[in-house]
Amino acid sequence: MIRTRWFVTIFYILFLMLPIYGLVTMSFKTTNEILGGFSFWPQEFTLDSYIKIFTDSTWYSGYINSITYVLMNTFISVLFALPAAYAFSRYRFLGDKHLFFWLLTNRMAPPAVFALPFLQLYSAMGLFDTHIAVALAHCLFNVPLAVWILEGFMSGVPKEIDETAYIDGYSFPRFFTRIFMPMIASGIGVTAFFCFMFSWVELLLAKTLTSVAAKPIAAVMTRTASTSGYELGLLAAAGVLTIIPGAIVIWFVRNYIAKGFALGRV
Amino acid sequence: MLELKNISKRVEGDLHIDDVSLRLEKGSLNVLLGPTLSGKTSLMRIMAGLDQPTNGAVYIDGVDVTGVPVQKRNVAMVYQQFINYPALSVYENIASPLRIAGKDRETIDREVKRVAQLLRLEPYLDRKPLNLSGGQQQRTALARAIVKNADLVLLDEPLANLDYKLREELREELPKIFSESGAIFVYATTEPTEALLLGGNTATLSEGRITQYDETVDVYRAPRDLVTAQTFSDPPLNVLQMAKKGDVFELSKGITVRVPDDLREMADTNYTVGFRPHHLSPEPIPGHSVALDVRVRVTELTGSESFVHIFYEEEPAKQITWVMLTHGIHDFDVDQKIQVYLDTRTLMVFDLDGRVMSGSSSQIEADIGQEQQMVSGGEHGSH
Repeated sequence: MIRTRWFVTIFYILFLMLPIYGLVTMSFKTTNEILGGFSFWPQEFTLDSYIKIFTDSTWYSGYINSITYVLMNTFISVLFALPAAYAFSRYRFLGDKHLFFWLLTNRMAPPAVFALPFLQLYSAMGLFDTHIAVALAHCLFNVPLAVWILEGFMSGVPKEIDETAYIDGYSFPRFFTRIFMPMIASGIGVTAFFCFMFSWVELLLAKTLTSVAAKPIAAVMTRTASTSGYELGLLAAAGVLTIIPGAIVIWFVRNYIAKGFALGRV
Repeated sequence: MLELKNISKRVEGDLHIDDVSLRLEKGSLNVLLGPTLSGKTSLMRIMAGLDQPTNGAVYIDGVDVTGVPVQKRNVAMVYQQFINYPALSVYENIASPLRIAGKDRETIDREVKRVAQLLRLEPYLDRKPLNLSGGQQQRTALARAIVKNADLVLLDEPLANLDYKLREELREELPKIFSESGAIFVYATTEPTEALLLGGNTATLSEGRITQYDETVDVYRAPRDLVTAQTFSDPPLNVLQMAKKGDVFELSKGITVRVPDDLREMADTNYTVGFRPHHLSPEPIPGHSVALDVRVRVTELTGSESFVHIFYEEEPAKQITWVMLTHGIHDFDVDQKIQVYLDTRTLMVFDLDGRVMSGSSSQIEADIGQEQQMVSGGEHGSH
């Protein structure tokens, strides 16, 4: 019984890890070897792909661009979602439930719907090909998500805490930053993680709204692949480097995500 | 002095507080007694300034403070739930009102240490509240209320979530701790015995109205109406319809009870008579009791006394339930037919609108003694 269970678990993990293993080994191979045939480990181990990425500015600027707009977006989303979620969690106002649900429906529309209008809008505003353009575009999806997650965490805090703070003499801003935010720190962490991940992997809007100055790494990858034949080794190395930021962020919030799931908000 | 003038509070069409006027003196201990949903918390929130009344005004020392936000009033409040700032240590929790008030470090340190000693929290000052027991958490909340030196201290069933022993302990300490400060002290509770033990004044609340406000003992002894008597009785007040005919009350089955001397002049009509559970007895009280035939519904034993829930047939096919509280173990069987004796000296007589016609007299001291004994004899788990 126990043996079967282990077998299933190990098989499942292997199954999940196999493509990533393939990607990692590929990144250490030359393109010729990749095209030549299948092998489990690099026959000619090479770091050339990584060296190229870290020295060629067209490559590494893609990472810098992506990280820039992702961090901007995460910051903006959480900043705006905090007061919104507080309002939804603490106050009753006309149409609050409908508004809350409407926020979620924003996530149901495919990004492609917004690509063209956004392109025109941002061009008209002179924001085309800037980091802030992508960061703002991603807010359309991330702010509702952030409000939804944060509201769950905030509703877990008894309202009496707020009142006790007011009775003690706290003003609202001071209460919010000194007392309330530390109480939902894990929720803010989980929210930031989800905003980060969504913005990091989103390609369509990021690609549409940029050309050179703010080109995201994913766009760099697709273009490079098609210029001087297929540089698969390089592509694989870029892919590996794309996974790393997400993995790092997951490491930081791993203990809190379960709590988010328990609240049914993630 | 805190004065409420014709306060009403309406929430989404429901009347939570109905035309309440109340005057609480400086340095007084006031108990708000009423069942759940009677409006105790709503009233306290209006006193604190957390909620605004729909109608009416709140005065502190003659100044209208109705619209003044809670931050600008010098109040302290402790809730039934243990409310502390989980991210701050116990020390910082207690210090928080002083820090906001901009006190210097030495003052804060001195005050926190003093209050911590008072509530025996000294060993836990560096801990986070959630790592403490319930009693310690609530003491932290109380410490925060004390350290503030507020003019108005509101305690909303502060001991309800604590276990019995802690509750006893704190109930004894609380009035002493707060009486030194000269603040107006308001204590909400659902338990009549708690009100009696705290003393001071009691306002009984029923469905958002204050039915009576007086010294606690007076409210207990001489309730102004049936609702007050019922609110101030645990287990519930026993009631019975009686018809007055000359010098006697006539019960349905031809049993008669002598009308107390001061009520002889009342009109001959129907009255509601109330009597407390310990005024029923399984043994006759010579010269002062009438025997009634009842059927046992269930008996609850608490160790030193028994709560016997009984059916009394008021009219044919109309049964009412009473509770008899008696000392010692009386283990009756379910449906057993027994005779109980009603002490006729302590009847409270109300007209059919519930207004009192007389106060039960002679037995006050004995009553209070008995109530207190009841509490110390183990919290009866009957209701």
